[in-house]
Formats: sequence, C-alpha cells, structure tokens
Amino acid sequence: MLEKALKGTKAYWIWVISIMAVMGIAFLFYLKQYHYGLGVTGLSRDVTWGFYIAQFTFLVGVAASAVMVVLPYYLHNYKAFGKITILGEFLAIASVIMCMTFIFVDMGQPFRIVNVFLYPTPHSLMFWDTVALGGYLVLNVIISRVVLDAERKSIPPPGWIKPIIILSIPWAISIHTVTAFLYAGLAARPFWLTAVLAPRFLASAFSSGPALLILLCLLLRKFTKFDPGKEPIQKLALIATYAMAANVFFVLMEFFTALYSDIPEHLMHFEYLFLGIEGKATLAPWMWASEILALLALILLLNPGTRRREGTLVLACITVFISIWIDKGMGMVVGGFVPNPLGNVTEYVPTLTEIMISLGVYAMGVLLVTGLYKIVLSVRGEVRA
Amino acid sequence: MKIDRRKFIKFTSLTTIGLAGTPIARALTGEDSLLAPVKPEPSLDNPLTARRWAMVIDLRKCLSKEGCTACINACHLTHNVPDFGNPKDEVKWVWKEPFEHAFHEQEHEYIDEKLKHAPTLVMCNHCDNPPCVRVCPTQATFKRETDGVVMMDWHRCIGCRYCVVACPYGSRSFNWRDPRPFIKKLQPDFPTRTRGVVEKCTFCEERLAKGLLPACVEACPEKALTFGDLENPESEVRALLKENYTIRRKPALGTQPEIYYII
Repeated sequence: MLEKALKGTKAYWIWVISIMAVMGIAFLFYLKQYHYGLGVTGLSRDVTWGFYIAQFTFLVGVAASAVMVVLPYYLHNYKAFGKITILGEFLAIASVIMCMTFIFVDMGQPFRIVNVFLYPTPHSLMFWDTVALGGYLVLNVIISRVVLDAERKSIPPPGWIKPIIILSIPWAISIHTVTAFLYAGLAARPFWLTAVLAPRFLASAFSSGPALLILLCLLLRKFTKFDPGKEPIQKLALIATYAMAANVFFVLMEFFTALYSDIPEHLMHFEYLFLGIEGKATLAPWMWASEILALLALILLLNPGTRRREGTLVLACITVFISIWIDKGMGMVVGGFVPNPLGNVTEYVPTLTEIMISLGVYAMGVLLVTGLYKIVLSVRGEVRA
Repeated sequence: MKIDRRKFIKFTSLTTIGLAGTPIARALTGEDSLLAPVKPEPSLDNPLTARRWAMVIDLRKCLSKEGCTACINACHLTHNVPDFGNPKDEVKWVWKEPFEHAFHEQEHEYIDEKLKHAPTLVMCNHCDNPPCVRVCPTQATFKRETDGVVMMDWHRCIGCRYCVVACPYGSRSFNWRDPRPFIKKLQPDFPTRTRGVVEKCTFCEERLAKGLLPACVEACPEKALTFGDLENPESEVRALLKENYTIRRKPALGTQPEIYYII
C-alpha cells in the first residue's frame, strides 16, 4: 500500500520536496549539535530540559488523542467517525514518531539510547515511557494497516483485530499518563508534583488533538475530494469543547492549590511564569497569551453558534492548539526549572539551532501525515485527479 | 638485559629482606607505635571500607577561613573537572552556595546577615534514597550496595539528564560540550569525560579503594570535613553527630542525604 504515497500530481511532489528541503536544512543543524554537543541549545545547568522535551510532551498528547475517534467508532459503533478514524490513527503514528525523534535529538549520547533496552530498568519512568510509546506505535501501525487493507478489499476487517483495537484505547491513555508521571513523581520539582498533572495532560490532549484533526480534515477537504461531512466535525468540536473546559478547570485547580496554600516553593514557579522574578520574565507574555487564548477558545467553543459556524470553529481550533502548545510545552517544562531547587533564577530561551532542529522534526511529521493521508485517499479513490 | 641465575637470586633475596625489613625497622624506630598509627602506602590492597559512608561539614570551621577554596580546587583537580568560565556550560562537583540557597527552608528574616550569605559548601549528598538512581533509565547512576556511595558509569550514561532533573540539590552537571580542552591540569590516573554525559561527586570512590580519604577532606586546612562510617558507632562522624546538633539539606523530601552540617 505504501507505493500509493509515491504516486501523485505535480503539486503533491512540490509539497513533498519542500518539506524534505526543510528536513534537510534541519539535519545540517543537527549535525552541528551532534558534533558540538547540546551546548548549542539555550539549555544550561539549571534548565536542563527545554524546547525539545516541551515538543515531546505536547506531541504525546496529540498521539494519545486518537482515542477520541477510536473509542466512539469502535466501542460505541459511532458510524459518523468511520471516515476519519483512520486519519486519527495515522496522526497518532506520525506524532509518536515525532516524539521519539524529539527524545533522540535531546540525548547527550544519542547512539547509546539502546542502553535503555540493554539494561531495562523498571524503576525508571523513562523506561516505561519508552515501552508505552513503542507499544502504542506498533498497535496503531497494525490496526491502521489491517483496517485499511480490509477497506481496500471492501471486506470487513478480520475479527482478531478487534481485541487489539480495544487494547489500543487504554494504551492511548497510558502513554500520556506515563508521560505525566515522568514529571509528577519528582520531589525535587514542586511545580510538577501534582496529582492533577496526568488528568490535565489528558484533558489538554483530548482538546488539542481533536482541534488539530478538525483542521486537518478541513485542509483535506480544501485540497482533495475528501469530505469528512458535517457531523463528525461537529462531534469532534464537541469533544474538544468538553476537554478544553476540563483542561481550564484543572489549570484553575493548580492555581488554587498554589495560591491558597501559599507555600513559597510551589508559588515561586507560578510567580516566575506569570509575573517574573527579579525582573526575569521571558515566559510571562507567552503565559498570558496562552491564558487569553484559552479563554477565547472556550468562549468560541461553548457558544453553540460559533462552534457550529465553520469560520469561527477554525479560529477556535487554532486558539486551542496554540494555547495548549504554549502552556503544556514551554510553560509546563521550563516552569518546573525556574527557579531551580536552590532558588536561583536562570532563564532559558531556545536558540536558532534548537528551533531549526525542532522545525525539521515537525517537517518530518508533516511528511508522514502527508504520505499516510495520501494512502488513505488513494485507497478510497478520493484524490482529486 | 640478560638476567642470569646469580643476579636473579641476588635480586630476589634483597627484595625479600627489604619487604620483611620495613616493619622491623619501623618497630625499632618506634614509628609503628600505637601513638603514631602507620599510614599505609596508597594501594588497592588496603582500601578504606565502610557500611555507610557519610560526611560531617563543620560550617563554623569552614567559614573561619574566608575565601578558602582548597577543597574545591583539590576535588576539581583530582577529577579532571573542566573550567569553562561561564555559568551556562558549568560543570562542578563541589562548590559554595549562599546559606540562604543551600538551606532556604532554614532561612528567615532575622537570620544573622553573615550567615545568610555565608558561602556554604555543597556537593552530592549520596542519599540513602537517591531520586537520581530511581529515575535513571539505564542504571548508569547507581548506589553501591556495600557502602552507599552513589556512583556514575560514564560509559553507560545516555545523557537524558533525567537525574539532573530529579536531584533536589542541583548536585549534577551535564557536559554540554567537549570538556577535555577545558581541563586546566590533566590528571592521567583519573578518567576524563566526553560531551553528553552527566557527572557529579563520587565521594572519591577511586581514592577510598586505595585507602585514601576523599580529596576535599584531605585538602581542608581547617579540618572542617569529617568523613567516616555512619554505621560504626565508634567512628568520628558518629561522635560528631552525637556531640553536635546537625542539619541536612531538604530532609523533608525523604532522600536521606548523608552530608551533615554543623552550623
């Protein structure tokens, strides 16, 4: 089936080659990082994880959000998602691969990463995250391949795939839970030491993921013969609405606990993020932007009129996506490091090299989504001639 | 060089006499008496051993010598710790942190200004319950079961920095770039590190193995650092803990740090 991604119009190839060019440039930046070391990033002794790990965390959420189409379709037999379920699964595959690449580029000794498998360490959450992500990738590759193959042959998918699909539902929840546990189990970092982190991760994932899927469906409709129909888009919008409301609720829970308990060690991180400490407030404008966008998104989504109108829905999806990308990425990750455990305030700003490498990883994700969606549309004969 | 039978016998007999002779000579000169305990030559045959290594830092003594960095210099020289000269790339095993940062839960508004800013010696706490060891995905950092030293395998570390994130004391450094050109004076008997791995104080396990005290302890002109076996009731550290009120950094986190401070 993969060969279907290799046949396309001129426009398709121009698109593919442009993405590959971005990846090529990013690769040169990676070579620079590989030879010099991670010192090419803005990271330091005090802020040891940054932009890469932020993208990783955000994208695990996008990957997990496939469950928001898989669950209604397979568990509740919600037929309207029939056309887009595979798109969700392919988005998950691309996201997991991006996650793994972001981890790879963040390693000081990337080629020693096999040590994680040579010396499996169950007491490390990073070991479990590797298992969870790897397993999720395998599950989604098997499921999408088998289901799409059946669709191509116009036969129902084989019975044995059903239990695997059912397994993929809790597995999706697990990848994001374990990712939250990477942070939430550290006594050293009060900002992350919160039981609501995993639920918050899931809520933000189930909002930002469907929002992205809506945007992708509408893009496909614009550039191909594919038409998802109105109902699945509206249902996705409703899911994103509930999830976004839950996400904002959880964020407010965090605020309450930190502000009311008034424990300096907890409060300091919020203070840094939103107000700045000792005049250092690089992230503050970003955090305020994220909160304002979240509020705007909620208004647009909760109001049935704006949710149903496509123009405003697109705007809502974009605001959801950007708001969560800031909050869950840089805000969540860097916020945990500033101030450091000794109370020193060292700021972090990603360098051009870091941003270019990240852009390359995203380009790879776009390439994967392009190729995989091309296969789906070719199988369904829906490509515009 | 050709060794014939005569030369061989001459050489071996002289060596034997020499080896046997040393203690005899020592006994005769009184060097081996109980008053002056013999200091054995550094050798892997007589290592320093303990069931639980710990350190007591007498901050009063330490602060009495202003601006002293003897322990830091000794440690960083012994272990080929690079000096990049900037905080971004910084690698450090032992350093001084203002008291209010090292012990910020102890700090209060009316604390003596002098103590508040007092440069407090900090290093890896060799926790009994080390969070860094718990999170390491490859067991590149581990607690030695025999004596509790938290160790590093620089050949296994993948550079994920999870241990740096998990350490509540900021005791771990990452090599953001190749450290070798920044080593002031290379010590050939201790490994250098490569870029992309984490490092920290190892309680001088390589010196303990040769029967030597940690470099910082040995270097301190004020004898402010005391190193010993916590599980030996007769040890000097136990005596100090009994005689003085001591504090540890962030004890509430349950990491059980094994560096004790006399304030």
